[in-house]
Amino acid sequence: MSAVIETRGLRKQFTVRVQAGWLRRRTRVVAAVDGIDLTVERGEMIGYIGPNGAGKSTTLKMLTGVLYPSAGHVRVCGFEPVAQRTRLARRIGVVFGQRSQLWWDLPLHESFTLLRHVYAVSASDSAARLSRCRRLLELDAFLDVPVRQLSLGQRMRGELTAALLHGPDILFLDEPTIGLDLVSKQAVRAFLAALGATGDTTIVLTTHDLADIERLCRRLVVIDQGRLVHDGPLDDLHARYGSRRRLVVDLDEPLAVELALPGVTVESTQANGRRIVYALDGAVTAGELVSRLAEVAALRDISVLEPAIEDVVARIYTRPAP
Amino acid sequence: MADATLAAYRHLLSAQVRSQTQYRASFAADVVGSVMFGVLDVMGVVVVFRVTPALGGFGFAEVFLMTALAGCAFAVADLAVGNVERLRQYVRSGLFDVLLVRPLSSLAQLAAMDVASRRVGRLAFGVAMVVVAAAHARMPVTPARLGLLVATPVAGAMIFGAIFVATATVAFWWIESGEIANGLTYGGLSFTQYPITIYGALFRRLFAYAIGFAFVAYYPTLALLDRPDPLGAPALLGYASPAVAVSAVVAAALIWRSGVRHYRSSGS
Repeated sequence: MSAVIETRGLRKQFTVRVQAGWLRRRTRVVAAVDGIDLTVERGEMIGYIGPNGAGKSTTLKMLTGVLYPSAGHVRVCGFEPVAQRTRLARRIGVVFGQRSQLWWDLPLHESFTLLRHVYAVSASDSAARLSRCRRLLELDAFLDVPVRQLSLGQRMRGELTAALLHGPDILFLDEPTIGLDLVSKQAVRAFLAALGATGDTTIVLTTHDLADIERLCRRLVVIDQGRLVHDGPLDDLHARYGSRRRLVVDLDEPLAVELALPGVTVESTQANGRRIVYALDGAVTAGELVSRLAEVAALRDISVLEPAIEDVVARIYTRPAP
Repeated sequence: MADATLAAYRHLLSAQVRSQTQYRASFAADVVGSVMFGVLDVMGVVVVFRVTPALGGFGFAEVFLMTALAGCAFAVADLAVGNVERLRQYVRSGLFDVLLVRPLSSLAQLAAMDVASRRVGRLAFGVAMVVVAAAHARMPVTPARLGLLVATPVAGAMIFGAIFVATATVAFWWIESGEIANGLTYGGLSFTQYPITIYGALFRRLFAYAIGFAFVAYYPTLALLDRPDPLGAPALLGYASPAVAVSAVVAAALIWRSGVRHYRSSGS
């Protein structure tokens, strides 16, 4: 394993002009990214999340050579992104959810031909990658359609293909599922999951849609106000922010006596006490709770709810600033 | 590698031309319209010489050649990088990001992706006018002069192109910057079409020398027609345009680079 992305103290600040009276402007320096240390190994899939304005896109733009960092160290594929921008560009693929890299007035397949020339990829390599994308993303139905006539979902599948034709080591995706309908979202996620499973391509994903993360990324990097607040597996995030699994039980009759078990709290009761939602912390397993319940009541149905990532993230965001 | 890069630009260029020619009627109308620009420039000179026999010490034939050379140079620059002013839209919308993640020069991509192929009419007209004006002025035909006649519009195009690029770059700092660009490019064309002797000293120093507009048509025309400079500059200056053009291009490239470093992208 070797690091394909490495940043130390990465920082980007912008000078913002604020109106202060008739013609006077005050300038204020705002740090969009404020000292980020990040190491990503080859083949990882990481989810990079944070609220609006947290600095997600700014970080991505510094990693791809679009923005010049104000301070700090950054290496991507061994290159310094801005100084070695064109060399880095051959090694990375970038999908911006809200800006297209396809040629608006030309049929989709012509964009692919053009990009093959832009990246100077051999026809056979490009054709092999394209045929894989055509199969997995079902592109054939609209390859001959001018890009301006494609639906958003079709266009996004085109964008993904466009970013992969030169066989990049790292695929950066900035909000790839934004605005997509559910079916298209599923298609994009399934495709990325398959791509990530090969282990050849490192995937860095920023998103607002936490379902993307749950489905795709084992590692989660959360930033808030330009700073890293969490870096690790999803499970760690739950443990650290005290999110709990829930057990929903349906009973024939309400419980005669409340169950007292350490680590278990009743979150709510519904249907006149015949449905109880228990919250479990790490100390107790769902199995223990179920066997204790079975001793005192007739169980009709049980289900376990995994902790919702939204809840955890909302908790991080709404934490009072230190 | 260099071959592959060149091929990439060629493909980008042809894709752009194909996109633009998709709308046939509008393309044809634009080509005709672009010829009109050139016609109006020449008409301007004809009208001026109907009220005066000489302008700044020069007759119709000489001024006609200056106008033709300037117009041709401008047409080349306008065709190649005239749409660089669209950088504003790229910066505002954040589409410039897309250019920066590709393994090619951002400026060359911008030029190739926005080539104003509909301005080809003006270029054809400009070339024709240079030939007509040189013949009308009875330019002595020598290899050196023919070389200079060809090199002048190219050098002039580089000077205009450098100004197109340098002024468009302002968009990296101020997104609303269209008038500065238009003032220097279209204003520059008007300036270069007439002998610099007609302008006031301050104006002349600023535009003719500091920006280099005197080298687009004025000095080359003196050399082509063997005319001494009424302002007393050495005759050799007529051959200096390519050097001026190269330094203008280098300056524009440096400004562009510093602009790209200031690029702030847009949200999300």
